[in-house]
Amino acid sequence: MILTNLPIGEIAKVVSVNGNNAVTRRLMEMGVVPGVALKIVKTAPFGDPIEVRLRGYSLAMRKSEADSIEVSE
Amino acid sequence: MKPPKSTTREPASGVATVEEPNARNPRGRLVIALAGNPNAGKTTLFNALTGLKQKVANYPGVTVERKEGIWQIGGEQALLIDLPGLYSLDVTSIDEQIAHDVLTGKVPNLPKPDAVIAVVDSTNLERNLYLVTQLLEYNIPVVMALTMIDLAEKQSLEIDTEKLSALMQIPVVAVKAVRREGIAELTEKTLKSAHGHRIPRLPWLTESEFAETVTEEDVHLSLTGDAGSNRRIFARYNFISDVYQESVRAVETHERSVSEKIDGVLTHKIFGLVILVGVLLLVFQTIFSWAELPMHLLESGVGALGEFVKTQMPPGVLTDLVADGIIAGVGGVIVFLPQILLLFLFISLLEDSGYMARAAFLLDKVMSKFGLHGKAFLPLMSSFACAIPGIMATRTIENPKDRLATILIAPFMSCSARLPVYTLMIGSFFTGQTVFGVVSLGAVLMLAMYGLGIVTAITVAFVLKRTLLKSPPPPFVMELPPYRVPNLRSVFQNMFLRAGLFLKRAGTVILAISILLWALTYFPRTAAPPAANQTTAAGEAETGVGEESRQIQNSYAGRLGRVIEPAIRPLGFDWKIGVGLIASFAAREVLVSTLSIIYNVGKDTEADSATLTQAIRDAKKDDGTPAWTPLTALTLMVFFVLAMQCMSTIAIVRRETNSWAWTLFMIGYMTGLAYVASLITYQGGRLLGF
Repeated sequence: MILTNLPIGEIAKVVSVNGNNAVTRRLMEMGVVPGVALKIVKTAPFGDPIEVRLRGYSLAMRKSEADSIEVSE
Repeated sequence: MKPPKSTTREPASGVATVEEPNARNPRGRLVIALAGNPNAGKTTLFNALTGLKQKVANYPGVTVERKEGIWQIGGEQALLIDLPGLYSLDVTSIDEQIAHDVLTGKVPNLPKPDAVIAVVDSTNLERNLYLVTQLLEYNIPVVMALTMIDLAEKQSLEIDTEKLSALMQIPVVAVKAVRREGIAELTEKTLKSAHGHRIPRLPWLTESEFAETVTEEDVHLSLTGDAGSNRRIFARYNFISDVYQESVRAVETHERSVSEKIDGVLTHKIFGLVILVGVLLLVFQTIFSWAELPMHLLESGVGALGEFVKTQMPPGVLTDLVADGIIAGVGGVIVFLPQILLLFLFISLLEDSGYMARAAFLLDKVMSKFGLHGKAFLPLMSSFACAIPGIMATRTIENPKDRLATILIAPFMSCSARLPVYTLMIGSFFTGQTVFGVVSLGAVLMLAMYGLGIVTAITVAFVLKRTLLKSPPPPFVMELPPYRVPNLRSVFQNMFLRAGLFLKRAGTVILAISILLWALTYFPRTAAPPAANQTTAAGEAETGVGEESRQIQNSYAGRLGRVIEPAIRPLGFDWKIGVGLIASFAAREVLVSTLSIIYNVGKDTEADSATLTQAIRDAKKDDGTPAWTPLTALTLMVFFVLAMQCMSTIAIVRRETNSWAWTLFMIGYMTGLAYVASLITYQGGRLLGF
């Protein structure tokens, strides 16, 4: 499933980052590569963006950007 | 064809040693670059290594800050280059491009570094190591400086630095920059690495990629943007994961960290927003109230200095130029220094504590509705004090179109230079009146002016992002750094550094323009025979005005005021206000002193002085009707909210956009908008019977 649909607080593993554009490359550079474990910590007050925790740090991204991340529990 | 390299590799050990002491650096001085992720403690380390021997400039042609200092390393002096904060070196942003250029020796007059110190935050080792893997691919000796060791220990992270060093094949030094621990070891290891060049075999690269890295200086560029680059990112992180697992022992803690607890409140759905508003209020309140006293002191100091010069120098053009042109002009900039210092202090504190990223996180949804990035929030907020630091702060926005959109709307935020104008207008026509019996009309009008600026900015951004600057919504992917107590030394150093830059950049322009404006109001001297038609025009206006006032009316500025009068008459402005408008195109607050001169109440009069407000109320047009009505005052305020009247901002926009076309576009559309809005205000007001 895509990361956007992962329930808050549940840990999942990245399966793939789909697409080849500036956003997906930045995501990968920030450590979102296949195999890494992550979880959604919270959503911002207006529902977007989301805060994702991975590799011991917090990364914020919009839901539209999280859509390109495929995860499995 | 590249010159043959002296590099030899010994496959058995995987390490090559090349003796080329200072081969790249003809002057014999070592060049060391400091690279690291944002928030990794790079600035603190830079300060610890260089002390106060620092220099800040821009890289040629771009707006990336070039910070360098002298580092006493062993017996010699090294030039330490502080690279911009980087997450990667994939050359997708200006910062990354510049770092790439420095590392490949492409920046003019800057030799390729002899070594790189990679600043690595030990609490965020995996992601920080990513940049290190990329640095290693540049075939420059790398020394790793591990920062935040004490924080890592608190989080029960045990890092085996020897293991880390062995796996990464580079020296690793744990440093506590503030307490200067590890600095000596870092110095020694850096010196050794810089003189004996070791090229480690990089395990995440394939044989052919590694061969390319060692021989081709610019292989990095060719690899961006294709499938190969994604493969490489993956390979680097796989390597890093292995290194991390072998060298770090993390004790699982189920307790929520302090940072997470703070975050729970600060980004809370309700409290988060309330706190954000509170922080903003505090910043503004402080900027406006705390800065008041030093601003007054500076004002009187500048005034006294001008007077002193006048008494000490023989009267004449030169004395007037020094006192009224140069001292008054430069003084006009310096007066805003307290506000600018305070603003930079807050920006540094908010940034270093980690709160600024949260503000962007909280507001991105709203900002993106208008086509802006969450990061645009900070520059726009800064612009309430002064658009110049605001526009300088847009550098954090990566996408050029988003950055441009933010620059183009930043001057709509009511800056502190508009305050004297608002104060004068409200003080002259709207004092003592209340709305609903409690709130003063002045406060309501003041708020309305700020509101008008914000609404206009949002509307313009909305339109621009759908027309001229059409682009997909900017990516938001952004680190939320852990909350940290800011290092006060860095904060203050940063504050003074930025204020100094502002003085240098804006001060020179303001100085030039003040001299020009001084000349416009000073020449021709009234004693000189004026042309016939001007004599009549001036003659009508001259009924019981002083010498200084007569001078300005006859000057080039006075003549220009009459030339533009037909254009501003529909706004309710006479030519005297016109002179004020012309003068205030240099800087808005100049309106107050210009009106003071025109109405002959002495040019050092302040906006809230009773004499000036009385003079304005009593002022007559050439036909004898009152020059000012409350409606005129309101119209003038509207004009000042929207018009581009600030030479320093124009100069900064030119620098930051690197384009005269966009700068002229900004002057044109803002002033056009100001004219139309003022016309609607005045004519609408007239229709409504005001």
